[in-house]
Amino acid sequence: MLSYIVRRLGATVVVMAVVAFVVFSLLYLTPGDPAAVIAGDVATSEDIARIRQSLGLDQPFLVRFGNWVWALLHGDMGTSIFNSLPVSKLIGQRVEPTLSLTICTLIVAILTSVPLGAIAAARAESKLDHAIMGFSVLGFSIPVFVLAYLLILLFSLQLHWLPVQGYRPISEGIWPWFLHLILPSLALGTVYAALIARITRASVLDVLSQDYIRTAQAKGLKESDIMIHHALKNAAVPIITIIGIGIGLLISGAVVTETVFAIPGIGRLTVDAILRRDYPIIQGVILIFSATYVMINLMIDLSYVFFDPRIRY
Amino acid sequence: MINKLRRSAILAVIPAAVALGLTSFSLPAQAQQQKTLRFIAQADLKILDPITTTAYITRNHGYMVYDTLFAMNSKFEIKPQMVDKFTVSPDKKTYTFTLRDGLMFHDGTPVRSADVIASVERWSKRDGLGQKLAESTDSWSATNDKTFVLKLKKPFAFVLDALGKPSSNVPFIMPERIAKTDAFTNITDPTGSGPFKMVKDEWVPGSKVIYVKNKEYMPRKEAPSWASGGKVVKVDRVEWLYIPDAATAANALGNGEADWWEQMPPDLIPVLAKNTSVKVENIDPLGSMGLIRFNFLNPPFNNEKMRRAVAMVVNQQDYVLGIAGSADNGKPCASYFTCGTPLSNNVGSSLLTGKRDFEAAKALIKESGYKGEKIVIISAADQPIVQSQSLLTTELLRKLGLNVELQAGDWGSLITRRTSKEPVDKGGWSIFHTWLVGPDLLNPGVNFALRGNGEKAWFGWPTDQKLETLRDAYFDAPNAAGAKKAAEAVQGRAFEFLPYIPTAQFILPTAYRTNLSGIIVAPMALLWNVEKK
Repeated sequence: MLSYIVRRLGATVVVMAVVAFVVFSLLYLTPGDPAAVIAGDVATSEDIARIRQSLGLDQPFLVRFGNWVWALLHGDMGTSIFNSLPVSKLIGQRVEPTLSLTICTLIVAILTSVPLGAIAAARAESKLDHAIMGFSVLGFSIPVFVLAYLLILLFSLQLHWLPVQGYRPISEGIWPWFLHLILPSLALGTVYAALIARITRASVLDVLSQDYIRTAQAKGLKESDIMIHHALKNAAVPIITIIGIGIGLLISGAVVTETVFAIPGIGRLTVDAILRRDYPIIQGVILIFSATYVMINLMIDLSYVFFDPRIRY
Repeated sequence: MINKLRRSAILAVIPAAVALGLTSFSLPAQAQQQKTLRFIAQADLKILDPITTTAYITRNHGYMVYDTLFAMNSKFEIKPQMVDKFTVSPDKKTYTFTLRDGLMFHDGTPVRSADVIASVERWSKRDGLGQKLAESTDSWSATNDKTFVLKLKKPFAFVLDALGKPSSNVPFIMPERIAKTDAFTNITDPTGSGPFKMVKDEWVPGSKVIYVKNKEYMPRKEAPSWASGGKVVKVDRVEWLYIPDAATAANALGNGEADWWEQMPPDLIPVLAKNTSVKVENIDPLGSMGLIRFNFLNPPFNNEKMRRAVAMVVNQQDYVLGIAGSADNGKPCASYFTCGTPLSNNVGSSLLTGKRDFEAAKALIKESGYKGEKIVIISAADQPIVQSQSLLTTELLRKLGLNVELQAGDWGSLITRRTSKEPVDKGGWSIFHTWLVGPDLLNPGVNFALRGNGEKAWFGWPTDQKLETLRDAYFDAPNAAGAKKAAEAVQGRAFEFLPYIPTAQFILPTAYRTNLSGIIVAPMALLWNVEKK
């Protein structure tokens, strides 16, 4: 397994190098000029040209790419064209809100969806199954921002229980941190819960039709024991896969949720940077995303071993 | 039965306990906020340098951390701000300024003449009026740390207007070590001598900017009026929040999580107007002006008759409704100078106020020799003021039988594409829309969109020597009456040549909690004098 991990980590470097080149090339080709954004509405073409020159944006592609890679190899992701802050600092500021939202969303999603999916499978074609699957379809169909506004309307504006927006760092206290994450996690978690519940139901249903489940039932094992120790464990591979993909998606940007709840996460950082053509941030963030995706996929693959002893690397 | 009762009681108590817990935990935070003003800004502060950019959000940041030598008051008078006294020589070629006592930068160093000179010189490399001042300047020199002298080559009547310019670029005073930075390179150090200090370590771009009261700041004794007068800070801390979603911003204000929302879209006025804890007001006395800008380098709008044909059918009332949503927040303004200010006038304005005559316009188009060339209107779907004007103009041009195509992208794409001088089939453009705030259109000196200096002019690059000559005549005007006459002449020529078409004057209202008082009525958000109870 060790050699497998080493091979995969080696592949990560290659993937990131390809991503870096492709992203840099695409940004070079994409219309848009940060110098024009900096200069503002009241600027002349001459002003913009001077700013381009001062930012080094008038240099040839290969020179700019070479400079960026050289700095990257020295641990420098560059600085924002606009606010002149290091990209690493800007990303660092966003890591905590993003991870907090990701973790809370996953907790909400997993705690609700896996039991519901398993119950739906155990009671397949019953009213309960239909109700759960109906909820799943609803959760999947309601746009996140609609659900977010409904939650805000009820819990913030009517009941005054929870804040409308914002993020409080954990250093300001667990409770304010938690209060600010409840609504965003519920809004975002519902979509993932719906998705995971459907996958769980399908996967468990498949396992429940296997011979070893019938054997367990014939041996007189309790239904809950069969579900937890035999069905769910064997149905785990697709569920873990979909959860892993969800982690990647959440980290790379729950932009709508972050926007509606004004959470300064990585998703909004990326979109803002794209809108104003802040190339160093876009390049840095996408590089981090690609590394994150590769590492999550690796961890998912490795986790299969614990759920399915037939899998070997 | 008892068990059932007990269970019901527990079930009833749980939500109450949760609710109590939630509210009680939020109380200390609210208590802490008493001296913190939470202000939802109009945009995200991306750039700290008010000289390299003309972005209004950066200008507003400038007013927080910097001070100015002079400032304009609500009567459009230029009043001393950092300057204690000044004299003008009889030949009007020498200005001697003396700084007020006790002016200190945030780093504890005193404000010196050298800082002022370096700041003004940097500003005058970027700002249009500053450049005009620089053309007339022979030298700036420091007599001592508090006194400095401006020597002119020839009398220039707008020295104080330039130094007290209220909007972008504002000649803010910075420490010499910062002001020595190239005028095209962003400064990153927000040290100024203004009433607030920026806490840079707490700055989260895209989310919030933190300022604290500058306790060493010595306000003037006069009452505040626009950016002039006493800048007395009445809160300890300001949190500038950037909330990109308007509905969330409205909810945050309504729920007491924010105290003041600088600019709200008109469609949310009814939502907040119902909330008795919130006041919705128009505190911008000048508002902003929308405009249609042509590309003068390529057909068909390099032809004056084509521009005139469009102007003949523009109905400003439609643009008012398109931009501001209702007549309460806007009005037609057929002047190249902000309506309601001293130089606004009606010379030539009948082109916009007379009968909207499509037949006459079509005849003029025919006369112009228009051969069906494609007209590309570039727009920004993420900027409602731009997009609404673009949609209206597109419809107008279609009604005139012109071959028009609306190409909407985002603002970042628009401001890049408008730099292109190519024809439309090579990525160029024919028309774009934008808006400028009232202070940027007060007179021919600051209204950069009126320039007719060709390649050096604003995007669209109109060339009109007559307009330039009339603008120069404005600068040479000996007094206010002469300046007004010169401005009228500029406008008369502008309505003939049409460097752009003014579309509507509008105001984006502000909204604040009723526990705030002392908000200054001004064409920009100023946070001193605001008290939170």
